[in-house]
Amino acid sequence: MTKPIALAIKWVLIAAAVVGAFVIATKLAEAGNTLAVVLAGMVGLGILAIYATRRGVPLKYLAPGVLLMILFQLWPVVYTANLSFTNYGDGHLYSKEESVTDIVAQSVREVPGAPRYKMSVAVKERASVETADLILLLTDPAGATFVGDTSGLKPLAPEGVTKAPSGKILTAPGYTLLTARQVNARSADLSKIAVPTSDGGGIKPVGLSEAFEGKPTMSYDAATDRITDSSTTPPTVYAPADARWTNVANPSQTLPQGWKEGVGLANYTRIFTDSTLREGFVSIFLWNLFFAIFSVLSTFLLGMLIALLFNDPRLRFKGVYRSLLILPYALPIFVTALVWKGMFNQDYGIINQLTGLNVDWLGTDLGAKTAILLTNLWLGFPYMFIVCTGALQSIPQDVREAATIDGANAFRTLRSIIMPLLLVAVGPLLLASFAFNFNNFGLIFLLTKGGPFNGADTSIGSSDLLITYAYRLAFSGSAPNYGFAAAVSVIIFIIVALMSIPGFRRTKALEEIN
Amino acid sequence: MSSVNAPVPADPRLEKRLESETHEQPTPPSPGRRGLGGHVWWRHLLGILALVWALFPILFIYSAATNPSGTLNTASLLPSGFSTVNFQALFNDESRPYWTWYKNSMIVSTIGALGAVFVGACAAFAFSRLRFKGRRPGMMFLLLTTFFPALLAIVAMYIIFAGIGDVLPAFGLNTLAGLILAYLGGALGANVWLLKGYFDTVPRELDEAAIVDGASHVRIFFTMTLRLVMPILVTVFMLVFVGLYGEFMLASIFLTDVDTQTLGVGLYGMTLGNEANTLFGRFTAGALLASLPVMVLYLAFQRQLVGGLTTGSVK
Repeated sequence: MTKPIALAIKWVLIAAAVVGAFVIATKLAEAGNTLAVVLAGMVGLGILAIYATRRGVPLKYLAPGVLLMILFQLWPVVYTANLSFTNYGDGHLYSKEESVTDIVAQSVREVPGAPRYKMSVAVKERASVETADLILLLTDPAGATFVGDTSGLKPLAPEGVTKAPSGKILTAPGYTLLTARQVNARSADLSKIAVPTSDGGGIKPVGLSEAFEGKPTMSYDAATDRITDSSTTPPTVYAPADARWTNVANPSQTLPQGWKEGVGLANYTRIFTDSTLREGFVSIFLWNLFFAIFSVLSTFLLGMLIALLFNDPRLRFKGVYRSLLILPYALPIFVTALVWKGMFNQDYGIINQLTGLNVDWLGTDLGAKTAILLTNLWLGFPYMFIVCTGALQSIPQDVREAATIDGANAFRTLRSIIMPLLLVAVGPLLLASFAFNFNNFGLIFLLTKGGPFNGADTSIGSSDLLITYAYRLAFSGSAPNYGFAAAVSVIIFIIVALMSIPGFRRTKALEEIN
Repeated sequence: MSSVNAPVPADPRLEKRLESETHEQPTPPSPGRRGLGGHVWWRHLLGILALVWALFPILFIYSAATNPSGTLNTASLLPSGFSTVNFQALFNDESRPYWTWYKNSMIVSTIGALGAVFVGACAAFAFSRLRFKGRRPGMMFLLLTTFFPALLAIVAMYIIFAGIGDVLPAFGLNTLAGLILAYLGGALGANVWLLKGYFDTVPRELDEAAIVDGASHVRIFFTMTLRLVMPILVTVFMLVFVGLYGEFMLASIFLTDVDTQTLGVGLYGMTLGNEANTLFGRFTAGALLASLPVMVLYLAFQRQLVGGLTTGSVK
């Protein structure tokens, strides 16, 4: 029988989960996301149905993991596939309505004689001054202080705020103020900021320490779906075309704010038809394949040789050797890869110092690839050593003795007896290692970031793997293109799937599951 | 977890075999070979060569961390004296809260690993002990998911968690809770095969006896099975802990505020830009300390880990 205490715990947990789902559903409803509300409600009801009844015992055990897997592994994959058919990315981040709002706020022009604000540029406390969203700290001529960002203008409580005699804010609690040099470095971001005000106008920065409030010159007519710029004579009219607002009179001129829309297979056709991209993609793929194969073979060979070396019952201190040899594998990759990066430094690194060479390891095509392969050999051989040690111990002694009696020498025994048996045992692990190395993002990113970038297309690095290439498309560079990056990811998915089929077939796991 | 090292579980029987075999069993020396004991010196010689290859970068980390000048250009392979200058500089750097990173890494790895073990053990119990429709396809599907690293869907993950942050700020980007959730998504596929293989070794007669005694499935799972499979739970905990501790990619995208960063992201930031040379001593000091938890775990639980490694994560 179930104890009362266990029963109580069960019902408290069920109640907590249902209440949690309800709270999330309410918040989603506030945010206006109907579909998500329905999903949250279904999850809540599902929990109730699974755990409050006596039926469906397996589901009770599978539900937590499956729910997490669906939410954070499968859904992202589906989402990625979806994204790959859109133009989502820099300049196409928002809906069409949002692009209109932004264009109108950006078009604010100073009304002559209107007062100016003293402005300081800040980021949230402890956020990165190089990348975080910029925030304007403003002082109006009367001395009142405000905080403004692209979402709007809010008053800033004067407590803890210090101001220069001019009224410019010097410090404010909760914000890190940028120095003039830092502001200058982000002037491109600064020029894009427009703080919408409640009366339909906006506040925009002038220079590095002042801002003005003014009226918009752009207006949107929903009936004709046109944006009109009244600051020019005659007024310029923009019409939607290709997910951007395009000047009707001069189609080559577009506004920077576009919107997100479906583009069908355009991202895929671009990969296969744009010749620079296609050649880059092919060269990345070939290097990716070579890297994965070479890494598996080199680490396996070294690991196996060391395992064979220690596979002698007479040898002492094997435990000590093993503990020390495992260390490269035991250290976190961010430590080892970054230290190797330091060691490969051309001017100061100890690799050049010790060998007397003066190789630009990370700056040349060949150097970077060699450095990566060397580092991965160092990182990976302990794993293969351990695996091979285990497999070698499983080879019965009498098989070897039989070979010796038949007159086989040591090399012949190794080649014809030990190697085949070893490969049977570690084969699946070699495939797994290949699959891992094929997408070994951490090593490449930490060591070379895919560089150096010497080719015809500077977005393609000579030591890039497909996955680091997709990452760079999405997350760095001046114009992230999420849709295109997603298309590249989908292609990697397909490649991995195609390559894993043979391994999958061979895995005996397919044959029987008890 | 699958975003870290996509471990591909192999045949559970192989697993068991390797695991039992890597626990070094004393092999009795064959009688004919006795008396040749003097001929292993060359093995030691090559062994020491292998040690030199394996350990010189680690010696370099130590030398650079204790190097009083603390820059990359003055770092050498052999220690040039012992100094704690770099450690002091690291601990007193206001803009780089090292101990906060340390704490964050510990929180993420511990909670993430505990969660993964729990979720995995529940599912493994169902797959091993219960019979239901879709059991075999379910196992195969989990195996399939391990072939695809979650980080391929990283753009979508970023957008999804940005959306979650709008509704539930406690689980959005820049939060440890959000990062842990993201890691837990891959927990099932990565560990269930390893766990199920071990669950299968627990005799079913025990379950049947307990059922006859009137125990419910909940009671069997929590009070009996979980205790019997403790060794594999420890192994999986270690593997996931080490994997999450070293995870870098998702963390670097999720955690942009200095105070929420983990060791990997924080230390990586120290090797960027113009300051990389001057910060090198501090970086290696931090790297050395950051390596300690995993190093200790590896050495203390070598047997379990080696057993798990032969089928588990791949580097």
